[in-house]
Amino acid sequence: MTSVISRRTLLAAAAAFGMLSVSVAPASAADTIKVGTFLAVTGPASFLGDPELKTLQMYVDKINDSGGVLGKKLELVHYDTAADPNKAVTFVKRLLDQDEVDVLLGGSASGETLAVMPMVEKAEIPYISFAGARKIVDPVQKWTFKTPHTDTMACQKIFEDMKKRGLTKIGMISGTDGFGASMQAECKAEAGKYGVNILVDETYGPKDTDMTAQLTKIKATAGVQAVLNPGFGQGPAIVTKNFKQLGLNVPLYQSHGVASKKFIELAGDAAEGVRLPAAALLVADKLPDSDPQKKVVTAYTAEFGAKYGAEAVSTFGGHAYDGLMLIVDAYKRAGSTDKAKVRDALEATKGYVGTGGVVTFSATDHMGLDLSAFRMLEIRHGDWTLVN
Amino acid sequence: MLGEFLQYLFSGLTSGAIYALVGLGFALIYNASHVINFAQGEFVMLGGMGTVFIAAAGVPLPLAGLLAVLLATVVGFALEKLAVEQTRNASVVTLIIITIGASIFVRGGAQVAFDKQFHTLPSFSGDTPINILGATITPQSLWVLGITVVIVLLLQYFFTRTLLGKAILATSHNPMAARLVGINVNAILLMSFGLSAALGAVAGILITPITSTNYEVGIMLGLKGFCAAILGGLGSGFGAIAGGVILGVAEALGAGYISSEYKDVIAFVIILAALFFMPSGLFGKRGTDRV
Repeated sequence: MTSVISRRTLLAAAAAFGMLSVSVAPASAADTIKVGTFLAVTGPASFLGDPELKTLQMYVDKINDSGGVLGKKLELVHYDTAADPNKAVTFVKRLLDQDEVDVLLGGSASGETLAVMPMVEKAEIPYISFAGARKIVDPVQKWTFKTPHTDTMACQKIFEDMKKRGLTKIGMISGTDGFGASMQAECKAEAGKYGVNILVDETYGPKDTDMTAQLTKIKATAGVQAVLNPGFGQGPAIVTKNFKQLGLNVPLYQSHGVASKKFIELAGDAAEGVRLPAAALLVADKLPDSDPQKKVVTAYTAEFGAKYGAEAVSTFGGHAYDGLMLIVDAYKRAGSTDKAKVRDALEATKGYVGTGGVVTFSATDHMGLDLSAFRMLEIRHGDWTLVN
Repeated sequence: MLGEFLQYLFSGLTSGAIYALVGLGFALIYNASHVINFAQGEFVMLGGMGTVFIAAAGVPLPLAGLLAVLLATVVGFALEKLAVEQTRNASVVTLIIITIGASIFVRGGAQVAFDKQFHTLPSFSGDTPINILGATITPQSLWVLGITVVIVLLLQYFFTRTLLGKAILATSHNPMAARLVGINVNAILLMSFGLSAALGAVAGILITPITSTNYEVGIMLGLKGFCAAILGGLGSGFGAIAGGVILGVAEALGAGYISSEYKDVIAFVIILAALFFMPSGLFGKRGTDRV
């Protein structure tokens, strides 16, 4: 009985949904640009998707209030993937076939982005991802672009700083979550190029409550001059506290994965002296006026902070901001909504100043960032300071 | 060498005490109803998150902790009243599934009512580590260990010396007979859910300075606490402590001497081996079935 009812309800709902999209589509096709987006607003990656969606909604409204793009209003069509690649595939299919969007933004996590890329390439639609993995743009796919820097760049920035300080023998302690594991692999691949030796390589589960055992092992390894901890969430904060508890007297490097005020709050006094690479957005108020990114990051921080609280400002929302602004810029330069022309205009982007860095796309580079996108920060007196 | 070994031991004791404290909550509800309450981890989360947010609203920290424990207790009552009690004659398996559903619901609710960020609380008596023979332990770990022991002793007294505690045990053994001798079985069940929720919340407050907390911290803590309770023998307070400490120390020694990649594997192999030879856990009462 119940199954019959539920099936009937389902059919009715499906019919209603179908009618809705039929009645809406023709009216909106001509005078709006449909921006399709799929983000992990709930679920394990909600700390990515939540600020991303808020940013998109806020700036789409803002752009529409000031006249839209090419005289057309932007229309945001959003689905929540909960960071599930299967859901992402379903929703992107819907965005392409039913909603018939003009451009795709999103994929908060690398898994969902990689899962939908074949579909995007086949549908031939401009697409900007907000996820980190290098695989998204290496090798370059014709229609796919991305805004965040990669973890390889974070490793390079860290090793560059270590080299400057003469630290060549290091220990690593990495989270086994996707982010930590990926960065661990990238750093191990990059270390050799900077003459850095990894003497000891430990891991911990992303939800472990104590890491002193692994750190004791690192402490007991002779010759370790610095420790690097790729990971995010509460893990790195516990590592930092345990590091202090054990009295390790070498510099501790964290990754951009914990580049938020939250980390300083969680690790407390133990965070003093910790170094990490991060986007300029984090230190908007500390950048010198001569910095090219100063204007855009201060404006974004102020606007997003005014609406959702200064605490909520994150680099993730910044990635969404960059994605939206890059595509709007491409529309303006293309002077048309033709997908191929917009893609060509996007690839021709030169010197766009965003929250993540100065972006210059080319046929061989669909991320368009260099190491200058990262700033090396040190935590002093419970706040960030820029390291030169 | 000795310093390193001691450090692994302390590391194990720190996580072990946390697992034990969560495991105790499982034992309590199991004692009263033979239900394994998979929402136990959520009570732990409510304790930590509740304290953080009530304190953020301007309430002094000790009072905020007390209010958070009350909050968790009310949620525990609600879980029993609205979900468990409604399915009067359902089998134990059904009840267990209900608690899983409840845990997902509470987690979702916490996501909306609180937020998705990590939060922490200040340690009770500072962060200066205590140095013993070259190994260090934080004062907060000692707090966790100490309060765990106190709670076990209180529970032991409660179950063996008070009428109410005995009534709970009687209900667990045979609800029908308990009802016949005048025990209000509904009230007993309600109380045991409230009590274990309060216990979970206390655990949450104690461990937040060490591990920090967010809306989904209960999943892992619940799982590890459940392992501790199973290993020690479900329903036994001392069993939960022993189970928790063994689990924690096995993880730490495994990470230290073998490989941190395999530390969870090592711990679970120990649990499987223990249960293979002692199916009712280290301190559990051997179950007998009438044929």
